[in-house]
Amino acid sequence: MITYLEAIRQALFEEMEADPRVFLLGEDVGSYGGAFKVTAGLQEKFGEERVIDTPISESAIVGAAIGAALAGLRPVAEMQFIDFISCCFNMITNYAAKAHYCWGAAIPIVIRGPYGGGVHAGPFHSQCVESYFLNTPGLKIVAPATATDAKGLLKAAVRDPNPVLYLEHKYLYRRIKEDVPADAFVPLGKAAIRREGKHLSLITYSAMMHTALEAADQLSKRGVEVEVLDLRTLSPLDEEAVLQTVRKTSKVLLLHEAARFGGFGGELAAIIAEKAFDYLDGPIVRVAALDTPVPFGSPLEETYLPDAAKVVAAATRLLEY
Amino acid sequence: MSIKVIIPQIGQSIAEATIVKWFKKPGEPIEKGESLVEIGTDKINTEIPAPESGVVQTLLAQEGETVPVQSEIAIIECDADFTPASPAPGPVEVGGLEVRAPSREQRHSPVVRRLAEEHNVDLAKVRGTGEGGRITRDDVLGAIDTIPAALKTNVAPMSRMRKLIAEHMVRSKRATAELTTFFEVDMTETVEQLEKAKEIYQKDHALKLTYLPFVIAAVSKALNAFPVVNSSIDGENIVYKNQCNIGIAIAVEEGLMVPVIKNVGEKNVLAISRAASDLAERARTNRLTADDLGDGTFTITNPGAFGALAGTPIINYPQVAILGLGSVEKRAVVIQDAICIRPMAYFSLTYDHRAMDGATADAFMVHIKKTLETTCPPALE
Repeated sequence: MITYLEAIRQALFEEMEADPRVFLLGEDVGSYGGAFKVTAGLQEKFGEERVIDTPISESAIVGAAIGAALAGLRPVAEMQFIDFISCCFNMITNYAAKAHYCWGAAIPIVIRGPYGGGVHAGPFHSQCVESYFLNTPGLKIVAPATATDAKGLLKAAVRDPNPVLYLEHKYLYRRIKEDVPADAFVPLGKAAIRREGKHLSLITYSAMMHTALEAADQLSKRGVEVEVLDLRTLSPLDEEAVLQTVRKTSKVLLLHEAARFGGFGGELAAIIAEKAFDYLDGPIVRVAALDTPVPFGSPLEETYLPDAAKVVAAATRLLEY
Repeated sequence: MSIKVIIPQIGQSIAEATIVKWFKKPGEPIEKGESLVEIGTDKINTEIPAPESGVVQTLLAQEGETVPVQSEIAIIECDADFTPASPAPGPVEVGGLEVRAPSREQRHSPVVRRLAEEHNVDLAKVRGTGEGGRITRDDVLGAIDTIPAALKTNVAPMSRMRKLIAEHMVRSKRATAELTTFFEVDMTETVEQLEKAKEIYQKDHALKLTYLPFVIAAVSKALNAFPVVNSSIDGENIVYKNQCNIGIAIAVEEGLMVPVIKNVGEKNVLAISRAASDLAERARTNRLTADDLGDGTFTITNPGAFGALAGTPIINYPQVAILGLGSVEKRAVVIQDAICIRPMAYFSLTYDHRAMDGATADAFMVHIKKTLETTCPPALE
């Protein structure tokens, strides 16, 4: 049994061991082992040249990673908190994402970092950033919900020839533990059904997948069979898996931790309405965070975030529709 | 709030109703359950009660007007203190009729519409269990499971023969004043003749002898005695025929054919048997010609062959009578105060009352009965 965090560390370790082109760079990733200890012990094992402590400049980190990638290496850049990725937005969206399209130069970088809330870390250390990037063609975005996926998707991301944003949920780091197969590898772009059901589809990703399962458990006591689909990769999206579950249940609830307005739920809703309209038996419902910054105080953050009770309430209304 | 009154789905086959009488005029108050209007359909007349108390605001159809079911016919302005039951009112049962309160039920979700169309489900007949009585996907799936077989139809065009039979039968029913009379015939004599000749017919003529040629011979004699039974009607004239051409109804794969044995009066039982056997064989192998089917003056049908006790055949128009033969079965009958076992058969004659009356028809039947019971036409001469 290993934690979600340990699964990430193992993936980095194994990929570095297997491929000398793979190296890490970020703030305090080396001798300190990372703010959350994700990279603990890696510098000792692979040396300062492959586990590089950088200045506090996200633009520098990503810029250096892009340069190294163009020179033939496979950098994995860490954002100490994923919120700070906004500092290197230009590097990512205007350069890394377009390089292959514009110049035929693939940029095989992974940008990873602790993502999401629920740990009372306030408005600058709790954000869900996927929507800033989903509208940028050329970027792949993954958001694992389990330790096995954390390991398997990171390995797939490192081996992918294009830039991948790897959103690891800090709430899950030490909270979930599971038996992770030694050869865990999860291809990008494949969703997973976490629970089969026929009355309602709950489509989600990352830490909210556990909230979805908790809600599905509660609903099952009332005889409602909820299907939980874990997207795992947001881009490229496993559209067929989404449409399949909608066709099966005809009622769909979209759940994400990011703020509702402009969130990924809107895109999913549009795809479903466009491609599975004839199968819908109710409005497409979203459960998401409030449209405010992530609050600091615990009671406020709890109010802000979706939880099982909110999901059950929304599901109940939709089931009764 | 105002409430719309609609013509309810009264029965599966009813598509429209006529406004017979309004009991209220616009502006008049009405109590919930009080009759608002009488409507008539081709099956029943019924009254529609007000779904809620209020004041009649508008009548949307005139007396005598015919409107489709489910259409709105009136608007009632409900009492000020009226609030819809929670959740919004679903279908309410009033006086045995289902009256739907106003709601968004008329709108259906995409999957409900699609399933209803695919499975030919009439959503007006599905009871919704969703919010406000909305029909959910599961309601439609449930309805599909319980659709009576009659609603699931498989449409196939009629064959040409089926169409011809249909037209011909309806034409006869419409054109004639038909009625049927029944007689019971003791077949002892006929059975004796049949048993005596059966093997010889088989051996010498390769014919399977049945009761039919005996009956045809007896009918031929009776037709001579009662020429009106061998006639047809042309306007106000009765057309008597100088020959007896007797058609025999023969079931074939696609339907029914009636080849005709010509000039039966000149034929003995053997000749009739030969002709009947030949026509039946050619009918079943589809080798009849137009000549075989024309010029019939009377028809015999044999439902007894399929086990029927008796039948009420439809006249082969423009002929004026048709004889139906029931099955020949041994029955206990009383003869001279003794109970005897005899092979018996019911004969039925459907005749056109325009051409003859019961006395003639029954005398004709008595003639046949007597022939068969006493001087049965001999099979061997």
